[in-house]
Amino acid sequence: MTDRREVWITGVGLLTCLGEGLEAAWLHLERGDPPPYDDKTFAPNIVFPMRPMSFDKQIAKKSDQRQMETWQRVGVYAAGLALNDAGIAGNAELLDHTDMIVCAEGGERDLAVDTAILAGMRKAERPGAFLNEHLMSDLRPTLFLAQLPNMLAGNISLVHGVIGASRTFLGEESAGLDAVRIAQARIAAGQSEVTLVGGAYHGARWDVLLNIELSGMLLKPPFAPVWDRGPKGGLALATMGAFLVLESREHAQARGVRPRARIGPVLSDSRARQAGEIESTLRRLWKEISPSIDPKQAAVISGANGSEPATSAELSVLTEIGLPVRNPGTHIGHGIDTHFVACLGITCAAIEHGKLFAPAGRGDRGDSPAALRQAAVTSVGAWRGEGMTLIERVD
Amino acid sequence: MASVPTRDKTGRPVIAVTGIGVVTSLGIGQDENWSKLTAGVSGIRRISRFPIDGLRTTIAGTVDAAYTDYMPPADLTTRLAFLAAEEAVAQSGIGSKNHFPGPLFIAPPPLELEWHYREALAAAAGTDIDVNYPDLVRAAARPQFSPVFPSARGSTVAERLADHFGTEGSAISLNTACASGATGIQLGVEAIRRGECQAVLAVGADGSVTPESLVRFSLLSALSTHNDPPEQASRPFSKNRDGFVIAEGAAALVLEDFDHARARGARVLGIIEGCGEKSDSFHRTRSSPDGKPIVACMRQALADAGIGPEDVDYINAHGTSTPENDKMEYLGVSMVFGERIKDVPISSNKSMIGHTLTAAGAVEAAFTLLTLQHQRMPPTINYVVPDPAIPLDVVPNVARDKRMRRAISNSFGFGGQNVSLVLAQEPA
Repeated sequence: MTDRREVWITGVGLLTCLGEGLEAAWLHLERGDPPPYDDKTFAPNIVFPMRPMSFDKQIAKKSDQRQMETWQRVGVYAAGLALNDAGIAGNAELLDHTDMIVCAEGGERDLAVDTAILAGMRKAERPGAFLNEHLMSDLRPTLFLAQLPNMLAGNISLVHGVIGASRTFLGEESAGLDAVRIAQARIAAGQSEVTLVGGAYHGARWDVLLNIELSGMLLKPPFAPVWDRGPKGGLALATMGAFLVLESREHAQARGVRPRARIGPVLSDSRARQAGEIESTLRRLWKEISPSIDPKQAAVISGANGSEPATSAELSVLTEIGLPVRNPGTHIGHGIDTHFVACLGITCAAIEHGKLFAPAGRGDRGDSPAALRQAAVTSVGAWRGEGMTLIERVD
Repeated sequence: MASVPTRDKTGRPVIAVTGIGVVTSLGIGQDENWSKLTAGVSGIRRISRFPIDGLRTTIAGTVDAAYTDYMPPADLTTRLAFLAAEEAVAQSGIGSKNHFPGPLFIAPPPLELEWHYREALAAAAGTDIDVNYPDLVRAAARPQFSPVFPSARGSTVAERLADHFGTEGSAISLNTACASGATGIQLGVEAIRRGECQAVLAVGADGSVTPESLVRFSLLSALSTHNDPPEQASRPFSKNRDGFVIAEGAAALVLEDFDHARARGARVLGIIEGCGEKSDSFHRTRSSPDGKPIVACMRQALADAGIGPEDVDYINAHGTSTPENDKMEYLGVSMVFGERIKDVPISSNKSMIGHTLTAAGAVEAAFTLLTLQHQRMPPTINYVVPDPAIPLDVVPNVARDKRMRRAISNSFGFGGQNVSLVLAQEPA
């Protein structure tokens, strides 16, 4: 066994419907402002789009922006915010050994081409030949580069110069959990010194909604907090980018950087679910984390996404645990792969402010500890994957 | 029975391979693949599973033996992964039925909703002439389409494999483009070295030859258009090479802490001595012209293995048969190996099986292990017009026996993803 090292979060980059940066998100959450969901543009589905913005600040070259689709621009931008926050941006020597684990699905499509081809195939004598001909003539060649999952990481290398190890994980909420799990474990074991970890999800798109609606899980009006969506539940997809810089304590101290927080091992599982299994898995994970918890100054930041039965199962275990609970998903929507990382970022803000944000819905229970120092962060996937980690204040 | 643990030069667990499974267009299983690979047989053929009208490239290395009508890529990839994993797990004799004592790392292709399903959704949406996405999304919510949901999920293949083989913990699906299969092995090596587990099932699988995947690569001018005869299209390192040939396949490796393998009496088939990785920030589809990232990648793999270039006897090339890759790979290996590159044979399995994309790193690692095991180098076939700018010993056209102790397998992908593995025979 390699000696375990302490792992710090030294940078957070967050881009959500609440705006740019961690502080913008925190201000909204602290005040308990109304969730900025949109129930019109993608009606009857409720989504959390981002506000229109310029990407110039983090992606200087227009030619780079043109080579990306929105999920990549959002991700590259959030990655830049995290690198800035950690004081790594522009430092070629550091970037040379900065590793990267990205969670992403990719796959944005050309909606006009898709629908024109589908309409044409109906009338075509030989639909297969029609499909070939129109894919060949109508698809933009560079669109492919906006569809490959690893091309968020590729663009981060290109735009920000992160050129250490580079891996991309797929698979909804578990991808985010496992990306942080592996990043934390590699640093703890001395396999990496500093790792950029995170992703981007662009839920405010018809083609993305189509994929998810095959499961019948998209949230329809009326909007309700994550905890209060009834027996059928519902996912309110979001567009968001979230990245963290994880770093060994030694590496951070050597370059004189203050941590936002410490992150413990990420515990996760992803077996097929039988009845009651979400609960038993969460109890098992909590049992591993709870010895490190001081209940007087701890809380749970829940990643519950509003899907059922996952949300109710998590709520029942959190009720047993008894710590105060907050769920940012009511305000930022659900970012699937990216959601866990966004929750970790928001948890850093809570730890730094020493308090919880305003509650929303029946699962957001309890008052904030007088001085919040620790938070267990959960993720229970809509279809699979349970996980938990511990974020702590560093003095 | 406590004994001194076996450790590598830097004190880490030694990573043994105790099971290998492989499926390509050449066949199913190690034996069929190895005999054809060393006989210089090509698995590239005319595409028969969908119409090829209007396509610039009409050939591929499909695994037709595993395909049935309308099988979406998620299902074919699952089937290929199952075949490879079953062979590997059986050979290693590890675990028990429904319990593999370690985690799964798998590199599947990116999965998207198939046109076949899009058509069905458009029909269900019921509008007469126009098709629009809001209608498709409305139709998607109908219960009849819920069985389609897995075919567009990135984690589908991993979940099916994890459930069937009973692997432990959270199964990881990963993608590093054409380096994916090698990245899966690397993640497994790292997990064992961290002491998290003593065994790993590492799989690369790709069953995604569809009209749209073919067109996407075609529009990037990445594919060979040498359609006749198909078996001569993939010509790595030749002057007249004109692109890669898209292909399907899968490979699985059982990786194991060497001591764990020995303690249970398993046969050690080879050792993963080192992994190297270096991202390229030059261009989305092209390597840095100075070759630095791929040189750093190979050097890191050698350093991780604690050896120098002089210790390498054979290189399993990425060797895609694109003008760009083969030139850059030559530049890279000539910088790492210097004058000695003349004496280090380097051959490309892709000359026979095409480019198995996310599976390639795993398939070629499997073939590299067989190369060391049999002490025989598979050839680079279709090597008729040598490229004078690439003066390499590519083991032209005919397999060759050689005393080999150690080899490098290279994988380079779009998005600047480079991974090299150092593989060795079992220590004497």
